[in-house]
Amino acid sequence: MSNEMTGAEMVVKALAEQGVKHLFGYPGGAVLPIYDALFQQKDVQHILVRHEQGAVHAAEGYARSSGKVGAVLVTSGPGATNAVTGLTDALMDSIPVVVITGQVPTHLIGNDAFQECDTVGITRPCTKHNYLVKDVNDLSRILHEAFYIAGSGRPGPVVVDIPKDIQFAKGKYTGAKNVEHKSYKPKLKGDMAKIQAAVELMKNAKRPVFYTGGGIINSGNEASVLLRDLVKLTGYPITSTLMGLGAYPAADPQWLGMLGMHGTYEANWAMHDCDVMICIGARFDDRITGRLDAFAPHSKKIHVDIDASSINKNVKVDIPIIGDCAHVLEDMVRLWRTSSAQPDKKALADWWTQINKWRARKSLAYKKSSDVIKPQYAVERLYELTKDRDTYITTEVGQHQMWAAQHLHFQEPRRWMTSGGLGTMGYGIPAAVGVQMAHPKSLVIDVAGEASVLMTMQEISTAVQYRLPIKIFILNNEYMGMVRQWQELLHGGRYSESYSAALPDFVKLAEAYHAVGIRCAKPGDLDAAIKEMINVDKPVIFDCVVDKAENCFPMIPSGRAHNEMILGDAAESIGEAVTEEGKMLV
Amino acid sequence: MNMAVIPTTSHYPAAQTDEREQRRTLSVLVDNEPGVLARVIGLFSGRGYNIDSLTVSETEHEKHLSRITIATTGKPMVIEQIKHQLERLVPVHRVVDLTETGRALERELALIKVKGKGDNRVEALRLADAFRARVIDATTESFIFELTGKADKIDQFLLLMEPLGLIECSRTGIAAIARGPESM
Repeated sequence: MSNEMTGAEMVVKALAEQGVKHLFGYPGGAVLPIYDALFQQKDVQHILVRHEQGAVHAAEGYARSSGKVGAVLVTSGPGATNAVTGLTDALMDSIPVVVITGQVPTHLIGNDAFQECDTVGITRPCTKHNYLVKDVNDLSRILHEAFYIAGSGRPGPVVVDIPKDIQFAKGKYTGAKNVEHKSYKPKLKGDMAKIQAAVELMKNAKRPVFYTGGGIINSGNEASVLLRDLVKLTGYPITSTLMGLGAYPAADPQWLGMLGMHGTYEANWAMHDCDVMICIGARFDDRITGRLDAFAPHSKKIHVDIDASSINKNVKVDIPIIGDCAHVLEDMVRLWRTSSAQPDKKALADWWTQINKWRARKSLAYKKSSDVIKPQYAVERLYELTKDRDTYITTEVGQHQMWAAQHLHFQEPRRWMTSGGLGTMGYGIPAAVGVQMAHPKSLVIDVAGEASVLMTMQEISTAVQYRLPIKIFILNNEYMGMVRQWQELLHGGRYSESYSAALPDFVKLAEAYHAVGIRCAKPGDLDAAIKEMINVDKPVIFDCVVDKAENCFPMIPSGRAHNEMILGDAAESIGEAVTEEGKMLV
Repeated sequence: MNMAVIPTTSHYPAAQTDEREQRRTLSVLVDNEPGVLARVIGLFSGRGYNIDSLTVSETEHEKHLSRITIATTGKPMVIEQIKHQLERLVPVHRVVDLTETGRALERELALIKVKGKGDNRVEALRLADAFRARVIDATTESFIFELTGKADKIDQFLLLMEPLGLIECSRTGIAAIARGPESM
């Protein structure tokens, strides 16, 4: 029979059939048969990472920037446990990845065998779904199902754990056609009556605001197009979460900037004072809402989400709509066009006047300097010098991430890859590797901090091996900046363990990896150095030596409301900005 | 709309509501596959929900379907979360809130060991009769009763057995089903 093959061959065939061109992985004893099958084919290219966490982040970067499902192959035991951070990251940010893990042979499971761990047990709470394959004849179905589950509905990571004997066993391969699941059936269309009610509420709004998130991006590029249509039709202001940046063009005058803890003054005040909030594909995360009992207190709320469990989780909403963003937006655009009701022009004009007053505070402004590079200035210059190029940005986690979100202005979706929900330091380099694999000709930059970047620095070696000219732009302030900022805010400036001592020489480090190192410490030299970085056709580590004491503003201190945010020019009093209760929060 | 602020010890200052905790019985139809119970239990422990009682058994062998009955308590927003979180699990077919749909029957079975002599032994037997508990094992100094009924009936019986020589008991947890001709 022609479709009789080994489990290992099935894995490769299923990957190819699912359109996987690049597989991020690391070999080991329990996946050797699959690596042997990979060796003997040309459909799937394997990218050898340097640590399994990097494999998952690379697949995340690949998935987010391309809209495809990312694929990972790792071995049993430590291979699987190292992947856990990446899996949790993908779960929190709804990124579709399929992670294939090797497992000890079926008869050894439970015996504490060498490199054995309970992979499905460990990954159960950090995956959308997971499988342990016990029969080779189930393998191809499970793999196709895994891709379907990872990529559909609210996307997320799926683990398929394959014991080594299953990889050797021969069985029947079934194709990817008509994958259907008995119980998993995501709902795409929203309830029409609810959408009608939502559009009616929107038409009657006096102080409306769109609050959108990563769901728009996950829904596909069509959702971004429809969002732009709807926002333009309504003339209403729009803000977005960290994860949703790029879905709406930042250059547009209706764009208020990001909202939340480090969002703009105008975005947060608009959220606080709005009378109708239209939340699409966002989940009222604690970074967004601040103090819940003072969150948008005078508003009616519409919430569109594909995941019913996101609705009424943190904030009670008035019109919940369960469905895919693109589907619901399409209905909203149509209903808005056909409805004869007219928005209150006078009220909207007043609302915009108010918003422009908030905007005039210029909350992202900072004190310029001619002798030390301000981190905001570095990001601004990076933006100016890359904005006309085909650029993708990844980040690590911390102050630099927030400065990147504030000062890089994204005009398109899928250009911004950052760890939002989990806040994983070390996400940026491997994610950049994944993005560059998906977009070999594009400019891929990891805006990084010197502390985060050391967590997964080894992946620069992957970039060198595959000639991926990623740029690692380190805002080096010799501190875990966000930790230091919180210690200043909450703990009397006692900087416990937040100083980056014994840092490597990043230029020499780059050279040691056969990459290119560039250092810049003077504002006057910055443009030339950034241009040099862009023009090098190799991986670059850019050590941008910045002001060590700069804090990230504006900021809603924990435990405070949107209208209690502090701005950079009021920053002298930040020691008193946090209440005793707020100190308990993260 | 947001409610008045009530001081809270929780990690995040939530919009406090004056809604009270409710007890709900949920019936969850799942694929009978390895790990499905762990998924359900992990969901409850991981998100800090209460499980007052949980029973699980295969109910349709050909279709590989099991039915999990969960009794839980929580504020209305939490109960709604629990249902949606359960529905989100891939092997879950349906979640039915039997308390909300009303008219549900709930039963539990308990095996109860009572040790005693003389008057206590006679009294235990007399009460067992009143509660329609069956004697399924006996020695000259002990009985094992089998009792079926609502959970509070079993609680009541155990309370009465306490002074009469209650040794131990084993309870199944609640099985529940909606009245009437319809299936879930």
